[in-house]
Amino acid sequence: MNKTINQKAWFFVIPVFILVAFNAAIPLMTVVNYSFQETFGNNVFAWEGTRWFKQILLSERFHAALGRQIAFTFIILLIQIPLGIGIALTMPKKGWGVPVCLILMSMPLLIPWNVVGAMWNIFALPDIGFLGHSLNGMGFDYNFTQQPGDAWFTTILMDVWHWTSLVVLLSYAGLNSIQPAYYQAAEIDGASRWAIFRYIELPKMKKVLTLAILLRFMDSFMIYTEPFVLTGGGPGNTTAFLSIDLVKMALGQFDLGPAAAMSLIYFFIVLLVCWVFYNLMMKNEAQS
Amino acid sequence: MAKITLKDLSHSYLEKQNSNADWALRDINIHWKDGGAYALLGPSGCGKTTLLNIVSGLLKPTKGNVLFDGKEITTLNPVERDIAQIFQFPVIYDTMTVYDNLAFPLKNRGLSESEIASKVKEIAEMLELTSTLTNRASGLTADGKQKISLGRGLVRSDVNVIMFDEPLTVIDPHLKWVLRSKLKELHQKINRTMIYVTHDQTEALTFADQVVVMHEGQIVQTGTPVELFEKPKHTFVGHFIGSPGMNILPCEIKNGEINFSGQKIQSHKSLKKSKFNKTQLGIRPEFINFSNNGVPVKIKRVSNTGRHKIIDTESSGGNIKILSNSSTEIPSGSAHVTFNQKYTYVYEDNWIIE
Repeated sequence: MNKTINQKAWFFVIPVFILVAFNAAIPLMTVVNYSFQETFGNNVFAWEGTRWFKQILLSERFHAALGRQIAFTFIILLIQIPLGIGIALTMPKKGWGVPVCLILMSMPLLIPWNVVGAMWNIFALPDIGFLGHSLNGMGFDYNFTQQPGDAWFTTILMDVWHWTSLVVLLSYAGLNSIQPAYYQAAEIDGASRWAIFRYIELPKMKKVLTLAILLRFMDSFMIYTEPFVLTGGGPGNTTAFLSIDLVKMALGQFDLGPAAAMSLIYFFIVLLVCWVFYNLMMKNEAQS
Repeated sequence: MAKITLKDLSHSYLEKQNSNADWALRDINIHWKDGGAYALLGPSGCGKTTLLNIVSGLLKPTKGNVLFDGKEITTLNPVERDIAQIFQFPVIYDTMTVYDNLAFPLKNRGLSESEIASKVKEIAEMLELTSTLTNRASGLTADGKQKISLGRGLVRSDVNVIMFDEPLTVIDPHLKWVLRSKLKELHQKINRTMIYVTHDQTEALTFADQVVVMHEGQIVQTGTPVELFEKPKHTFVGHFIGSPGMNILPCEIKNGEINFSGQKIQSHKSLKKSKFNKTQLGIRPEFINFSNNGVPVKIKRVSNTGRHKIIDTESSGGNIKILSNSSTEIPSGSAHVTFNQKYTYVYEDNWIIE
């Protein structure tokens, strides 16, 4: 095929280019700027080289926050992905149940994040909240504002409640795109329910699940609002995930240099994990 | 191995049925002999796939019974019926190798590894898949995938019946021919009952000993390819089989004779009835000859297909197509044609009068 070559077409890209420059590239460059310098306010800067990066990478505080963040993301993925697939498998495929289920599933996704945090805060309060009061009434010593285990339990439960729906909706869409002939052939081949899941449903859901895992990884790894409203990172620092710790450093202590370095390291971790994961998942797709 | 009987079978996809149009299948009665090769032929939407799915057990009929060897099996599932079915579009298990795909139905039935290996090897050789056995199935071309689907259906040698639902739709024309002869060959070798669904008359007529022609959820005729060609029992069969199809012309019956276009014409049988509903005359283009007298026609167009000439003509009773040898001299302008009496049929409300 002959392509028409017309360099004037680049003009069409200019608006997007400007937009991206102002909302992403330029702010990011100011962060890069801060990460290599010390600032004393009034636009007075002093060059620091890689000092902040070394400081962050060697800091125990950062290691602890990163450890908590990895643990949190790992746990919620471990719960939400199988649970989401499980719920999608049990959802009806036709009839009046379909819209009912879809609307019910979409509800948590439509609630603003700070409202989710506030809701769960009140819901889980040990003296007056329905969850907290009931748990204590049943004899559990539950207090998420004082006990780290309870704070983790509540944060994870809140995230599962808020975001499992996303995995459900994506899996459901993946399941619905499977041709009935696959199920018919499996029935004739005498496949068990497990074999149908393992050899038909799971491979056919691979792309949407890759997407679901990526989205859930990114969102949970950058989680801020909900735990901030629910626990404020406490008790102590036990639920201070990376974003919460970062904001504390940047706005609480006004350590702009280290905070900028931490932002960049944080950003590269997210980027690297997504890139590696996506390429691993799509490795076999390219061949076929 | 089984004889298949369908008794008073009707099926509807709707909860309530108000008219004939609400039924996907109506009053189907079929007896298929053990080891026969049968074809279900009809246009898209005539109910042939529905019928096939009822035989395989993927669908439960609204009314009627399915019997294998005289045994009632209407409520059994496909595994209990022990059948194989191959679908229109290739169904493969993406994450498995070609070998594992072919072995899958055998593994599910608990065969030993060595049995599986020998059966898979045999079927792979027959379908020319041996060289790709260790490849991932998802990497194959459409016809490679369909060969796997065929293989999964054929690998189990003990099945009661093997059913094909337009299996060659996605296959290249030259390979289509090869696979079709393979299937025919296989049928002679393993002697299983085979049912082949298609909308392609060539496929049906070359594969099957007996062809069942379906139209709007009903069986309109069952017969050998020759019977369907020489004596269509319904105008639909006349239209659908043959290229070009049968000429179906409006006519009147008076005193046991056909009145068409001002001419008296003899049909294959004397007509004893005196009162008729809508009547039509049916004559295949192959059985019309030019002569000095008979039905006057105007020649409109002659197309030469190589072996034959197809002549479009116009008479006062309607358009008539004529098929003749390419060596035949075709008169130009006006001519007269006669119909071969043996193959001239009268249809009342689209059904043949015998």
